[in-house]
Amino acid sequence: MARITAGVGSSHVPLLGVAVDQGKWQDDYFGPIFKGYEWTRAWEQEAKPDVVILVYNDHASAFDANIIPTFAIGCGEHYKSADEGWGPRPVPDVEGHADLAWHIAQSLILDDFDMTIINEMDVDHGLTVPLSMMFGQPEKWPCKVVPLAVNVVTYPVPSGNRCWALGEAIARAVASFPEDLNVQIWGTGGMSHQLQGPRAGLLNREWDNRFLDMLASDSDAVRWIPHIEYLRETGSEGIEMVMWLIMRGALGKSVKTLNRHYHIPCSNTAIGHIVLEPAD
Amino acid sequence: MSEATKPTQNIHEYLAELEDIPGTRVFTAKRARKGYWINQFAMSLMKPQNRARFKADERAYLDEWKISEEAKQALLKRDYNTLLDLGGNVYFLSKLFSSDGLPFAEAVSTMTDMTWPEYRQMMLDGGRSPEGNRSIKANLAAAGAEDHKGGC
Repeated sequence: MARITAGVGSSHVPLLGVAVDQGKWQDDYFGPIFKGYEWTRAWEQEAKPDVVILVYNDHASAFDANIIPTFAIGCGEHYKSADEGWGPRPVPDVEGHADLAWHIAQSLILDDFDMTIINEMDVDHGLTVPLSMMFGQPEKWPCKVVPLAVNVVTYPVPSGNRCWALGEAIARAVASFPEDLNVQIWGTGGMSHQLQGPRAGLLNREWDNRFLDMLASDSDAVRWIPHIEYLRETGSEGIEMVMWLIMRGALGKSVKTLNRHYHIPCSNTAIGHIVLEPAD
Repeated sequence: MSEATKPTQNIHEYLAELEDIPGTRVFTAKRARKGYWINQFAMSLMKPQNRARFKADERAYLDEWKISEEAKQALLKRDYNTLLDLGGNVYFLSKLFSSDGLPFAEAVSTMTDMTWPEYRQMMLDGGRSPEGNRSIKANLAAAGAEDHKGGC
């Protein structure tokens, strides 16, 4: 049977992709950030997931203003890196796991999550930057990916509670997939940042670290944080952190923290990541 | 409380709170409707041939879209705060940043009262504090209390 062996929460700032693609990851600005991911990159080499369910948001790349799916799952065979206005990132194509993705999609719908199914799309920095942070610059990504795109741009975005419950349902879906697969789930985006208006540049080290503490705990209190708190405390784009709750919800009640890192700033954003293992 | 009996959140209260953040335009359904064609225009710049046509004659390219004159002027001037008011969203508008060859953070800095070097330094120093930036109402109440104190 397939099983979820670990969860990762991580920022997906586009500038990190630029740093990797242009070989700047050891300079004074980016060095401390990439050093923070060193342990996790080495751990991933050992952990060798077969598949990563990668929860992210599309930044007006695959989806325009026309169709806005709240939760969408990629069920295709492969995905290309999106042209976000600079030309596509020079990274390998992302290989999907259509069998597992369709199984999860069907299971979720039967479990009352009305998913949007996507067969063809390009994937932007929200998905490819976390792959670069965890795996570096391989010729080919070392695992298959099931993209799970969440609307965190047009309000109302899904509640933290709904995201957590979706994670729980994903864990049930994975557990009923007959093939023996080592599956990780990653929740990406955040941490505190605001990219718009006179209040742009807001960061909140204290709140972000409390959020990491809550993820690492056995309590599910974090699922009840209302949207307005993310907006007030973490900036208008900090709401991306609801996607980390899908990851956390999929890991069960108790978790063990394997690694945790936080750094300010990267461009407009507070960078954080956490690696968790189910401990039930 | 079980899922079935959980009361629905009051949508009017929810939406009103979203307007209480200082210096912020939360991308609500209302703004998404208002700015639909601004955002679709910006989205079109992801295609190299459209970028080339836009750069060759910005005004002519904008005239192909169902965008108000006010929004066209704001787009020509790269007046991003006005574009947010007109329903533009930063992830869509960022296609215009990249067409201009402007780094994202530099474009973002133009929406603040700082120069780009000042903004960059603020970020290096730990970013903008949430203190005094959480709530318009709370700020007004605090200012009122302050005025009152001054008057005594």
